[in-house]
Amino acid sequence: MLLIRCPYCEEERPELEFRNAGEAHIARSTNIAAESDEDFEKFFFIRSNPKGIIFERWRHIHGCARFFNAVRDTVSDKFVMTYKAGEPKPDLAKIMKTDKPAAVAAEVDPQEDKTKKPAAKRAAQKGDA
Amino acid sequence: MAKAATTITAARAPAQAGRDFSAKGVKLAVLAPAERISLRAPEASIAALSKALGVTLPQKAKTSATKDGRTALRLGPDEWMVIDEKGNDPLADCAGVKQLHSAVGISHRNVAISVTGPAAAACINSGCPQDLSLAAFPVGACSRTILGKSEILLLRTAEDAFRVECWRSFSDYVFTFLAQAATDAAA
Ligand SMILES: [Zn+2]
Repeated sequence: MLLIRCPYCEEERPELEFRNAGEAHIARSTNIAAESDEDFEKFFFIRSNPKGIIFERWRHIHGCARFFNAVRDTVSDKFVMTYKAGEPKPDLAKIMKTDKPAAVAAEVDPQEDKTKKPAAKRAAQKGDA
Repeated sequence: MAKAATTITAARAPAQAGRDFSAKGVKLAVLAPAERISLRAPEASIAALSKALGVTLPQKAKTSATKDGRTALRLGPDEWMVIDEKGNDPLADCAGVKQLHSAVGISHRNVAISVTGPAAAACINSGCPQDLSLAAFPVGACSRTILGKSEILLLRTAEDAFRVECWRSFSDYVFTFLAQAATDAAA
């Protein structure tokens, strides 16, 4: 089980007490009605979904119930750091200097990459769709 | 002006009333009904609310304060649960406080189960992932957390005694879970 540090409880707590709440630092427009369809689509649907470091909102739902932000590695699942909601987005370069995540440190195996094709393509190759 | 409202009192039908269970090293008992409020308040209102309630609202994470049968459990940065076991209504005490706050009566929402004995922590830990060692969770420590599939509120009342609060509709599940855990802890 992962231990996640809640910045409000100021301690590491079991992951079962938490819930993911999507990507962090996505600002809602102050005049949402004036947004173009393209800009609204970007705000509402498009997420960065990176392989590696991601900034996410989490909620300590079965604890203090607060939302906070976390820097997490999507490959290793390692939580690099957490910080209170409303605090500025941490500087990625600075975080990497102190805590290099596994995804960046590890060499990517090209063989492994070949297997990661969309499900539809894999099915077509096997011919069992 | 309308006539003064008549007080309507409903008969209580407490869930799991009187239910208990004993295993080697652990005793479970459903506790008597209590008065409870959910309290939300900013820092500026804490002093006035503490005075009205007669118990100082704790501000440190995972702590509680008890005085004269009334316990204030700090659940979050601006959230407490106040439990009164002597039949005095904390909701009425908050009513006169002018400082900004929200107090909601939730007496009937919860069922409390006491888990006592040398294997009490082991029993709760079979479904609760928190560190319940005395160093991490000392006497007086409290926290909202989970037990199996249910959210609970956990308060350590003594070294080998806990109060487990859960929602009324989950109380059968929580008690049954604890009884099974108590059997396993004894084995
Ligand atoms: Zn928390």
